[in-house]
Amino acid sequence: MPAHVPNAGLTRRDLLKRTGGLAALAAFTAACGGNTGRPSSGGGGGGSKPNLSQWYHQYGETGTQQAALKYAKAYTDANVAVQWTPGDYDAKLASGLLSSKGPDVFEGHFNISMVKSNQVVPLDDIMADVKDDFQPGDLATNTLDGKIYGIRMIIDPQVIYYKKSLLDKAGIKPPETIDDLISAAKELTTNKVKGIFVGNDGGNVMGGPALYSSGGEYLTKDNKPGFTGDRAAQAFGKLHELYASKSILLGAPTDWWDPTAINQGLVAMQFIGMWAVPGMQKVLGDDIGVIPFPKLDAQAKPAVYSGGWTQFVSAKSANVEAAKKYVKWLWIDKAEYQEDWSLNYGFHIPPRKSLAAKASKLQSGVAADTVKLTQDYGYTDNPAWTPKMGTAFGDMLTNVIKKGADPAAEIAKAEKTVNGELTRLFG
Amino acid sequence: MSAPAKTSADPAVAGEQRGTRRRRQKGIAGNTLWFWVFVGPFVLGLLIFSYLPILWSLVLSFFEAYNTATPSKFVGLQNYVDMLTDRNFLSSLGTFTIFAVFIVPLTFVLSLALALLVNQVKVARAFFRSVFFLPTACSYVVASLIWKLSIFNGVRFGLANTVLGWFGIENIAWLSTVDPPWYWLPLVTVRLWLQLGFYMILFIAGLQRISPTLYEAAYVDGAKPGWQVFRYITLPQLRATSVAVLILNLIAAYQAFDEFYNLVGNVNYARPPLVYLYGISLGSIQDLGHGSAGALILAVIIMLVTLLQNRIFGFGKAGD
Repeated sequence: MPAHVPNAGLTRRDLLKRTGGLAALAAFTAACGGNTGRPSSGGGGGGSKPNLSQWYHQYGETGTQQAALKYAKAYTDANVAVQWTPGDYDAKLASGLLSSKGPDVFEGHFNISMVKSNQVVPLDDIMADVKDDFQPGDLATNTLDGKIYGIRMIIDPQVIYYKKSLLDKAGIKPPETIDDLISAAKELTTNKVKGIFVGNDGGNVMGGPALYSSGGEYLTKDNKPGFTGDRAAQAFGKLHELYASKSILLGAPTDWWDPTAINQGLVAMQFIGMWAVPGMQKVLGDDIGVIPFPKLDAQAKPAVYSGGWTQFVSAKSANVEAAKKYVKWLWIDKAEYQEDWSLNYGFHIPPRKSLAAKASKLQSGVAADTVKLTQDYGYTDNPAWTPKMGTAFGDMLTNVIKKGADPAAEIAKAEKTVNGELTRLFG
Repeated sequence: MSAPAKTSADPAVAGEQRGTRRRRQKGIAGNTLWFWVFVGPFVLGLLIFSYLPILWSLVLSFFEAYNTATPSKFVGLQNYVDMLTDRNFLSSLGTFTIFAVFIVPLTFVLSLALALLVNQVKVARAFFRSVFFLPTACSYVVASLIWKLSIFNGVRFGLANTVLGWFGIENIAWLSTVDPPWYWLPLVTVRLWLQLGFYMILFIAGLQRISPTLYEAAYVDGAKPGWQVFRYITLPQLRATSVAVLILNLIAAYQAFDEFYNLVGNVNYARPPLVYLYGISLGSIQDLGHGSAGALILAVIIMLVTLLQNRIFGFGKAGD
């Protein structure tokens, strides 16, 4: 095109250069963006109300996400944006807590590292009036050096549910010891149905209950490894025996926390949380019974891991006070929301004693039995038990259960890692 | 007598030189500007998202950094010592070695075989090329989930178990059985399915660079079509491509993460280095000091192995 023509427009080369440049710039700026989970209406201000970001993991029960959104929307003193996280929530949360772009309010599981690295703030002031209404174990699991760092949102007992009809047909009583459980699983196994489902990894989830059923614990009161010794080794060895009996289901499309395996008739018994009771009742009706993780032998007693989720306020939040106010409103003041959250989707025990006492859905049938077992045999997490210790413990279980390694030798390896962590944390 | 050479003292020459220089300077300025417009954002991205994290990782590797990306306590080389004596980290390198032993030769042989087949097809060559290349576009996560939930699930309605059932063979828990270690079958096959097409394309490009005259000369000299021609003409001519395929393949094997994480999870018997380091650094443990040291050890190992491989195969030598 002749250069002297005024306003001749763009040459092909100019057009390519400019659009290319713009595209590159757009791609780069887009890459720099990010979703912090807060409402888009502004930064710290958002008009007169603060903006809060609340993170949840993905609950499996239908309706839970809508419920979380409903609660957040009902709160009028702040703009609360809910982030619902499918997949590896723990990893996302851990990364989120490294920066100020993380959540203001989040659910999780407490451990000492969160305090040592200043990730959470104490909530004693908002808990002061209602402290006595919480179970001691639920307070202890979120307490460090006398300060309470989290409010228990739900209690999730993990037990073994079984199909009564299959046990009756086989003439088997609900197992009372680990040996009973192993032989029941064997007897219930047929061409079409396996005896028990304890997770696709072969039963790591039962490591804690097995330990407690032998009289052991993760850490002793004075923070020493409590999973050592012959009885613990014997309990872990029993888990291998169960795995090696070929009566457990492996390779199911969903894992132990989902009731699909027992609902589809793939197994006669399943280790799972009480959250799955409504789902199981829908399919199996009243054909469900429950037992705790059975005791190792006559010297011990059964064990029920009383898990659950706890609500925290991030120390990196720009609106700590507003976040604390919201947490108090949602998990302490709004009793009807706690009740809704605990009972209308999956079944969970409400952590407030006053609410648990009047939870009518938990007062009959298999749910009531589970609540009773939790009261009798429940144990909660020790806050000094860190994820690194948990990983060492899990590796030990994998080696014992799946590879048939010597429990005592594997315990010694895990003990070394746990002692290293304890030295780092307590000197 | 020759004509006197023009010098810059000559006003006409000086003017001409100045004009040329101005044009050249303007040209350079223009080129430089557009170079940075196009390349700048990517260089910036590379600096911010690659080099800066590597540098920060190097710093963190000398510090204790639990639940924080800020160095908290200087520990010198302790993190490196810990990682080099950590049986789980060493075992993850062992897992990688087993994976590489399976995946590198299999990918090499099968992608070369596919390339030879597709290259010889007379009709619908583009169709076959596309068919084999298409899986490359599939996400590792999606493919892993298909393998896990549909093909290799351990119950009676998994595809593999259904087929075995026709022959009266019992269900196999492919991903959960360690004795025998069946989990390697899904792990290796999913990666083969995903990457064969890519390496096949590289080999096809290599095959198409071989001059037909070489084959003609070979036939004239009495070489028989088939193995002899492949052994003495095709394979040597593909040396550069072969070395590239081997190096890329080995590095990709070191970087295995998605299929392991999605198929077997973070289990210690099938945990490659990246899954282990992810668990330490970015999982719930959040030990960024040890994680950084491990990542840098792995980076050094990859560099050393690549250099060694280069030296053995002579990649880039004159004549390639």
